[in-house]
Amino acid sequence: MPAVHVNPTRQELTRLKNRLRTSVRGHKLLKDKRDELMKQFLEVVRENRALRAKVEAALMQAHGSFTVASALMSTEMLQQSLLYPKQSVELTMSFQNVMSVNVPKYHFKTRDAQPGDVYPYGFAATSGALDDAVDALSGVFQDMLRLAEMEKTSQLLAEEIEKTRRRVNALEYVKIPQMEEAIKYISMKLDENERSATIRLMKVKDMLLKEAIEDRRAEDARAARAFGASGEAPQEV
Amino acid sequence: MSNETYRIAVLGDQDSVLGFQALGLDVYPAETVEEARPILHRLARENTAIVYLTEALASGMEAEIARYKDALTPAIILIPGKSGSLGIGMANVKKSVERAVGADIL
Repeated sequence: MPAVHVNPTRQELTRLKNRLRTSVRGHKLLKDKRDELMKQFLEVVRENRALRAKVEAALMQAHGSFTVASALMSTEMLQQSLLYPKQSVELTMSFQNVMSVNVPKYHFKTRDAQPGDVYPYGFAATSGALDDAVDALSGVFQDMLRLAEMEKTSQLLAEEIEKTRRRVNALEYVKIPQMEEAIKYISMKLDENERSATIRLMKVKDMLLKEAIEDRRAEDARAARAFGASGEAPQEV
Repeated sequence: MSNETYRIAVLGDQDSVLGFQALGLDVYPAETVEEARPILHRLARENTAIVYLTEALASGMEAEIARYKDALTPAIILIPGKSGSLGIGMANVKKSVERAVGADIL
């Protein structure tokens, strides 16, 4: 018996066969999609890991300089120095379609960007360590943006791969075998019905024949009896 | 959509985020997870494309981060705070590989 109940009719059989064909095709397409996504994902994730290691190292260095700066300067002074930034960042976003997954691409513009002029404070009252820290941060910022892009992309791709993988597996191990079983069940049932119909016809034919033979015999016997009673030769009809 | 400008926010403890102010990013100091949580949600509603979050805060905000993981914006990116890297950022990369492939193959 199939796991799902189906009506063993010819119409149902045709419907199931069509569905099976679609499922097999869908399964193949989804499998291709999964493989391609996986390829893209592994590339992104490799770069992501390298970039993250780089960014973390650079940030630690910047934090180190900051710690030195905050030891040399008072907290208020430090905050005041950084309070009003010289440059500002504008970020625009566009989307790139990777195998039907929309992944962000960041483009940023720094306003008032003159390279080497990111320090929003005068040099007289601040420590040199602060310069180092700000310098390190502005150096790593480009990579941080790239990291954000990579990391978001890998997260979105991971989600899509997971979904696609589930679909592929569901089709491969559940839906397609189920349909195949149902088709087999229906065709067996239909064949069985056909055979039983043939047998029934043969039986009916036998019964009719037997009846006819018996009728004939009864007629013959009646004729023989009539002939015996009259004692004459039967008249020609 | 592409003409709209987005903002980049940095969320973390005062000492860790101060430097980013010089770069012209939006800085939101928050010392505790309780402080950071509403700020993160507010940033997500307003058009912030990237939120840099210190790992120290992130360790207490798993649920919030997971919520935005599959959304296009904001991208929540973990950065080490002044106390050093806790390895959460790397662990997350690993986790996304596991999620996609089913096993850590790198």
